[in-house]
Amino acid sequence: MLPLLEEAVIKTNSWMTATEFVDIFAISEMTPGPIAINAATFVGYRVAGFFGALVATLAVVIPSFIVISLIFLSLNKFRNSPYIDWVFQGIRPMVLGLIGAAGVTVARTSLVDIKSIFIGLGLFYLVTFKKLNPIYGIIIAGLLGIILY
Amino acid sequence: MLLKMFLTFLKIGAFTFGGGFAMIPIIQEEVVNKNKWIKDEEFVDTISVAQSSPGPIAVNASIFVGYKIKGFLGALVSTIGTVLPSFITILIIARFFSYFRDNIIFEKVFMGIRPAVVALIFSALYRLVYKSYLGYIALGFAFLATLILIFFKISPIYMVLLGIIVSVIYNKNLKSKT
Repeated sequence: MLPLLEEAVIKTNSWMTATEFVDIFAISEMTPGPIAINAATFVGYRVAGFFGALVATLAVVIPSFIVISLIFLSLNKFRNSPYIDWVFQGIRPMVLGLIGAAGVTVARTSLVDIKSIFIGLGLFYLVTFKKLNPIYGIIIAGLLGIILY
Repeated sequence: MLLKMFLTFLKIGAFTFGGGFAMIPIIQEEVVNKNKWIKDEEFVDTISVAQSSPGPIAVNASIFVGYKIKGFLGALVSTIGTVLPSFITILIIARFFSYFRDNIIFEKVFMGIRPAVVALIFSALYRLVYKSYLGYIALGFAFLATLILIFFKISPIYMVLLGIIVSVIYNKNLKSKT
């Protein structure tokens, strides 16, 4: 999604410079929420204030909303078709693969030293086997970041 | 019910760092484990749809889960809940941009959260492998897909399409034989 955003914001409309965009991307990654939503809100605000932010955010969400609505409704309609079952049977393993690969990609840039490996392994153990709520996990990890770095 | 959904997705939106995949474990915990609104198998299907559709994965997943729980209103509520924390946080940050950019505490918190996101993703994967009853053949394919995606720069959408094609052909042949 971000290459498209970059193209539209910097090249097509010249709303901001490339450096500004990189800063905004960094902030979007560090703040909670989907990166694309964060970036759109930020760019919208910089270009046209509060309403700019509102319009940009809505514009990112509405296509998703329409597409997912259509998918949900058609899945419901063809619920009894064997093809739907087959399609999902085919997608499921691929999705696990995607999650695994995404985990490895994030690990490559995030597990950079012994401290981060310690945080990662510790949290994996607590969340997976000790049923720690992931949200508390995130908070604990943030506090550990302040203490360790 | 709708209020509870809104608050739950607000929580999901507020504690997801690092984008789509980081959100999966949090949605899983809140929607599947805690509130039992959908089952583990349904959750895998939700991620399938979210990943295969255009738009942010996290937003797509929230909309789909919202529909599953309470139809159109559910989808609307879960979407607003997911997006609102982002929207408010960014508005505040955009006002005090230079302050946040140079803030050392912010940087440190993020250093701690990044490895945590890795842990959460693998924890979600662990649970999906054990709870979605995929069978050894499907898990074998999943492992193979992971390796392919790691070592070759193939767009995920092609892997999804490949999975669909293989599955439909396999099932059709199976049916024509019996």
